[in-house]
This record gives sequence, C-alpha cells and structure tokens, in this order.
Amino acid sequence: MLRFLIRRLVVALLVAATVMTLAFVMTRLSGDLAISIAGPNATQDDIAAVRKAYGLDRPVLTQFFDWVGRASMGDLGDSFFFKRRVSELIGERMPVTLALGLTGLVIALLVSLPLGILAAVRENTPLDRFVQVVALLGQAMPSFWLGLLLMIVFGLQLGWLPISGTDSWQSFIMPGVVLAFSAIPALTRLTRAGMIQAMASDYIRTARAKGLSRASILLKHALRNAAIPVVAIAAVQLGFMLGGSIVIEQVFALHGVGFLAWESIAKNDFPVVQAVVLVLAVIYVGLTMLADMLNAVLDPRLRGA
Amino acid sequence: MSLLEVDKLEVSFGRTAAVRGASFTVEPGETHCLVGESGCGKSVTALSVMNLLVRSADRRAQRLAFQGEDLLELSDKGMARLRGNAMAMIFQEPMTSLNPAYTVGSQMTEVLRRHKGTGQRAATDRAADLLARVGITAPGMRLGQFPHQLSGGLRQRVMIAMALMCDPQLLIADEPTTALDVTVQAQILRLLAGLQRDLGLGLLLITHDLGIVARVATRVSVMYAGEVVESAPTAELFANPRHPYTQGLLRCVPVPGKIQRDQPLGAIRGTVPRVGPGFEGCAFRERCDFADETCSHAIPRHQAGVTHDFLCRLPA
Repeated sequence: MLRFLIRRLVVALLVAATVMTLAFVMTRLSGDLAISIAGPNATQDDIAAVRKAYGLDRPVLTQFFDWVGRASMGDLGDSFFFKRRVSELIGERMPVTLALGLTGLVIALLVSLPLGILAAVRENTPLDRFVQVVALLGQAMPSFWLGLLLMIVFGLQLGWLPISGTDSWQSFIMPGVVLAFSAIPALTRLTRAGMIQAMASDYIRTARAKGLSRASILLKHALRNAAIPVVAIAAVQLGFMLGGSIVIEQVFALHGVGFLAWESIAKNDFPVVQAVVLVLAVIYVGLTMLADMLNAVLDPRLRGA
Repeated sequence: MSLLEVDKLEVSFGRTAAVRGASFTVEPGETHCLVGESGCGKSVTALSVMNLLVRSADRRAQRLAFQGEDLLELSDKGMARLRGNAMAMIFQEPMTSLNPAYTVGSQMTEVLRRHKGTGQRAATDRAADLLARVGITAPGMRLGQFPHQLSGGLRQRVMIAMALMCDPQLLIADEPTTALDVTVQAQILRLLAGLQRDLGLGLLLITHDLGIVARVATRVSVMYAGEVVESAPTAELFANPRHPYTQGLLRCVPVPGKIQRDQPLGAIRGTVPRVGPGFEGCAFRERCDFADETCSHAIPRHQAGVTHDFLCRLPA
C-alpha cells in the first residue's frame, strides 16, 4: 500500500510540473504581456517601464524558474488588475466553486447510480432503452442552454429557486443540476455496464446459490465490484466540474474560480491565469490520487500492486 | 422419502433442448454421480435443481421435489430460503466463484447469518471450524484473507466449507475438481467423500471422470444429449454396462489389469449432437455401432435389474 502511494505521488508531482510549464508557456504565447498590460494608449517608455516593473525584461528561463520557485513555496504572486495577492483571490473564490462542484457530483451520483443499476437489472427492456436515450440526450445538451432553460422555468415562471448569486444553499441547486448533467451520461453507462458484467459473473451465481436476498446480491455483491470504475470516473468528473464550471459560473453569476479565470483572461492578468490553471491541475491530480486510493479500498487485489 | 426427486426434467434454451426428460433420485446419505461428456446437460440439470438457470432458460418437469417439497411451486423467496441452507452447491470454477471484494470470513459468515440468524462471532467460529474441517491450516488467518490471496485448491476448499455452513442435507458438486491440478483433485475428492460419509450428506456429484465415479459413487446416472441413458448402482454399472454409450465410455478408461499394454484405448467417434425440441429417437445413433433404422423412433426404457435401467432398443 505504501509503495503504491509513493508511486502515485511521484506521478502526481511529474504531472504538476508539466502543468506548471504548460501554464507558463501558454500565457507567454498569447503575445507581449507588457504591451497588453500597459494598455492601448501607452508609449514605448510606458511599456518599457511596465516590462521592468513586472520583471518581464529578464530572460524567459529566469522568469520561469522564479515563478516555479515561488509557486512551489505557495507564493502565487500578485494580480495586476485586482492589485491583490493571487492566493487570496483564489482562496476567496474557491469555496463557491467547491460547493458547486460537490453539489454537481452528489446530484450526478444520486441520479446515475440508481439509474444505471435499474437499467442493468432490466437489461434490454424498454426501461433500459429509455435510460440510455436519456443519457444520450444529457450528453448532447449544451450546459449553458440547459442552464437558461432551468432559469426560465424554475426561476422566472415557477419562482422556486434563485436565478443568480450565492445568497443561500438554494442558489447552488440549479447550477449543480446543470453541472451534474454533464457527468450523468458517463456515470450511468458505466454503472450499467459494470452491473451487467458483475451480475453475469461466477461470484454472483455463488451469491445466489447461497440463497442471499436480492438486495444483498445486487447492492453488496454486484455493486461493490461495479463501483470500482465508477469511483475512478466520478473523481475525474469532479475535476472536470471544478475546472469546467467557467460557463456555468457565468450563466448563474456565481463568483467562483471559473468566473475569476474568465475575468483574468479577459484582462490579460497572467499571474492569476497561471495560478488558476496550476491550482485546478493540482486539485485534479489530487482527486485522481484519491480515486486510486478509493479503488484500493474497494478492490483488495490492487492493494498489493 | 427421497432427498431429491427429479422426474422428466426438461430444460431448453431457445431452439436447443439441453435436458430432455431426465429422471433420477438422490437418497439421503448417498453419492449419486451424473456422468457424461461435456455438453450433455449435466450442469444444466444441477442448476435447474437449484433454480440458478439464466432467465432465458425454460425449465419444466413432471416432478422436482426436495425432501418432498415441490420445488416447481416454490416462490423465488422460498427457493432462496432453501439454497445455501438445506441444499448447497459448489462449482467448477473455484478461481472466480468467490467475490474478489470480500474476505473469506465475510463471505462464509453471511450464509449462516442469513439463514440461521446467527451472530457474527458465532458465525466466525463456525467458519473457522469448517475451514479446519476441510483441511485448511491457520483458519483464523485465512478468514481475514481475500480470495486472490488463495490458490485454486484452497479456494475450492473454502467453497466446500462455505457450502457446509448451514448443515445442508444435499450438496451438489458440479465438476468440483476439473479446474484443479491432478494432485489437488485427489485431495478435494477424498475430502468430499469423507465429508459425505461423516455428515451423512446426500451428494449429487457431476463429473466426466469415471475414475472418480468408481471411487465415490453409490449410484451412477449416465447422461447423453440431455437424457439419462443408463442408471445403476456403481458396481453393477461397471460390471454390466448395457447402453452402448456407457460401454463406450468405459472402454475409454484404462483399468489396471484389464487393459493390455499394446492394446489401444477405446474412443467414441464424433461429438455430442445439439438436439432441438421434438427430436425423436436415440440421440446416440449417429455414433453407435449397433444403430439401425428402429433407432430413429421412440426408444423403450429397459430394466436390467431392479435398480438398473437403460434407454436403448437393444433387449435387456
């Protein structure tokens, strides 16, 4: 188990290093940062001054290692636009994004696990087909469109839920549902496939030969094995949700990290952009590791690996 | 009263008739062997008794009764109360028959907890006793292990111990040694025979190994293409086989003292045919040396003794 963890940790560090490099290179590729910071009416002297002030006149490699060094110590620099510490900015916005992502994941699991199990148990019946069509529709639906649709129906016409903002927990329901919709198709199909495979296995025949109850056969013996790939994908989906909530945070005016990223890209606030990319990547890597550990808990065969 | 009565069992999967009117009984405390080649309906027969067939299978019978209780009339819930409790089954595939996600102990104790409402501690004690009984050393340690940490032979021993948790009256063993090493096969078989004797179990043993049959069976039913073509007490069957298929099977087995060194071992040409519903006559006729045109009509069942019958046009 320890060797397993150490190996995963090394891989995680390599991924983080790669992401740091990419984030740095991408922001530099978007043009001369000093020109865009100085603004359209700046003179050559202004630009030179900006370049000096932000350390952009140094060799690129020096800038890179300076950033990497500081970021590794937890210093993500200052925002040009907000004139504040980037870590503070992200720290303020992160709870909103986390709450949104977790709401989305919980809703997604609450929908796709029962739906997948039901479809597997009723394999090749109209119910199974219906579930698969619903999953397909969910995958095909753009999230901003679904978001607007929900706002019109539940926010404006029925008036049940707030349309925007983060005033109460109810504000997270609609965006959570929209976010969940992106994960539901994959999770449902994975649950269904896993359950069908598990139900056809020899150990399920043994469980039936033991006279166990239907609930025990389905939920204890089959689901436990079918859940292994679902857990891995669910963790990855949560990563997608945290990073991919930019659109939804826009639509529902939730001031989370996605909103911050969008603002910073628009303002060419590259320390913030770099930092957001890095932080989301680290969270993503962390979630993948968490998924690996959960898998090891669920599947004893992985523990020795 | 017989422990298990099977009368004219019919099982079909779509256009394939897997079992065609098989009848036999298992008496308390006897070992009844079902023998025959692969694909002749032995496993399907066993699974029908336990009602473990896939949903697409169609099972019918004149009578299917366990301790006088009609299994055909029993609800799914009623059947589940018998399975693992009064009648237990072990399978051909020890490597995949245990759930990889749970410990040996958890899988063994859940049977007892389910059927007898035993507490976890008492169930664990019973599981440890039974593991020791089936020849597993350090049972306490094994209970905490997962299936992937055990060898095939050990897993089959666990399966056997698990089947015995609730003191069943009937144990069905579907080729329990086929997937194991030869040395382990003999151990498992000795174990089963010993348990059957000591516990007074009715054992329905499915095998294609006549060596096994000769050693452990009280009675033998030879199955071919879904039918029981001959049934007799073991000694009688080996001494006086009447059906050409039984005779053919016996010729394929080397018997020390009977087989000459230079004489080739017998073989039955061809393979078991796939038989559809409504098939008439003897399914063995294509492979039989004695076949003539009467073999494609209804075949009578002859008595070759009080407890010996066979299905062939040849006279008794």
